[in-house]
Amino acid sequence: MSLLRRQLAVWTAAATLFLSALPSSHAQAVPTLAAASDLKFAIEEVADRFEKDTGNKLRLVFGSSGNFKTQILQGAPFHLFMSADENFVYELADAGKTEDRGRTYAIGRIVIMVPPDGALKPDGQLKDLAAALKDGRLKKFAIGNPEHAPYGARGKEALQHAGLWESIEGKLVLGENISQAAQFAISGSAEGGIVAYSLALAPSFASRAKFELIPESWHKRLVQRMVLVKGAPPEARAFYQYLSTPAAQEIMVRYSFAMPKE
Amino acid sequence: MDWQALFLSLKLAAVTLLVLLPSGLWLGRWLAYTRVAGKSWIEALVVLPLVLPPTVLGYYLLVSMGGASPIGAWVQQTFGVRLTFNFLGLLIASVIFNIPFLVQPVQRAFEAIPRQLGEAAAVSGLSAWQTFWRVELPLAWPGVLSACVLTFVHTLGEFGVVLMVGGSIPGETKTIAISIYDRVQSFDLTGANQMALLLLLFSLGAVAASFFASARLAVRR
Repeated sequence: MSLLRRQLAVWTAAATLFLSALPSSHAQAVPTLAAASDLKFAIEEVADRFEKDTGNKLRLVFGSSGNFKTQILQGAPFHLFMSADENFVYELADAGKTEDRGRTYAIGRIVIMVPPDGALKPDGQLKDLAAALKDGRLKKFAIGNPEHAPYGARGKEALQHAGLWESIEGKLVLGENISQAAQFAISGSAEGGIVAYSLALAPSFASRAKFELIPESWHKRLVQRMVLVKGAPPEARAFYQYLSTPAAQEIMVRYSFAMPKE
Repeated sequence: MDWQALFLSLKLAAVTLLVLLPSGLWLGRWLAYTRVAGKSWIEALVVLPLVLPPTVLGYYLLVSMGGASPIGAWVQQTFGVRLTFNFLGLLIASVIFNIPFLVQPVQRAFEAIPRQLGEAAAVSGLSAWQTFWRVELPLAWPGVLSACVLTFVHTLGEFGVVLMVGGSIPGETKTIAISIYDRVQSFDLTGANQMALLLLLFSLGAVAASFFASARLAVRR
């Protein structure tokens, strides 16, 4: 009995101590950016630079643009949304969730990406992909989920343009976002995939993958748009502005993003 | 190693347990003794989070607690707090998700106590509360302890529900499981390995320790 009481007391004390020692959820004050997965490496670098230049911190969350749209509609506390597809921004604007209709920040491109010593050649015209489908070299092919990942939708369009969609559909593995698709594409469980050019250029992918650009005319343009969510703090606004500075643009261009001429 | 995510997960696990333990103890004990009509339905409801895909549960929670839902909107207007995409949202989801992990072992533990003991305690003049503290709980303690460990460890690994109602916000809702997922996606396999290994060792250690403690307690009584 006393053993039990003692254990309960010790346990409660430990839990209380432990809880008080933890950082509380004051995190609300830091502005939070929800960014499309293709921006993963580029925006991390821009945010580092932003912090050095201005002293302002930023919380970064990466995922698929479609999911972010749903989450913001449900009231997720994101202050700035960088979508890979302008339509998601427009939908949020129409729902009255954003300050305005936002601004285009980049034009994206897609590439076919394969592991360096894989069965598939990185061929932007997707000719080898077609051949691999016929001769059985292709078991699995990765794209982002076209339902909510813009790069996945463009990947689907490129496959349709090449006339491969019907034959490849049964072999597709769908990434929840384009970063996951890239990971599938070169993890060895798939022979390759269609992913964002900006990810292919990231240092952590460079040694693990070969890639080639898919013609721009094969898919709808990837007009990427960002917007401030209503109630965004000044620091989020500052980052929004910072993205048009030469320092930020240099980084974006280095990661393959073409700058829009608006 | 994403320490922030690890601490968040530990905090979530601890608070989940603190919230769930009193009500779970009561519910488990009640289920062990009651002969109420429709008991099977209540038991089924308790087990439901165990068999339901976490994303399905997460989806329902998101829809029912989100700012667009009547409940979510009411709570936000009345108390000024949001029920999703923050720690509170994770906690609510986590408590619901862990009900079977706590209640089931507790129920089994109380079921294993011979009924005559309770009657003997009553004859000896102990109140129901005294019987609970002095007779039942010490006997059920090994089961209660493993229920607590299961709940704690299970919360650390929770993924689907957290992903749906959390939004992966660093320091707020980005738990260790989500962080591992993120690291894999950005090809930081070293980071993913470290965290996965830590989680594996911790889970194994905690479960082994609870078995050891249960065996010791069983011997002692």
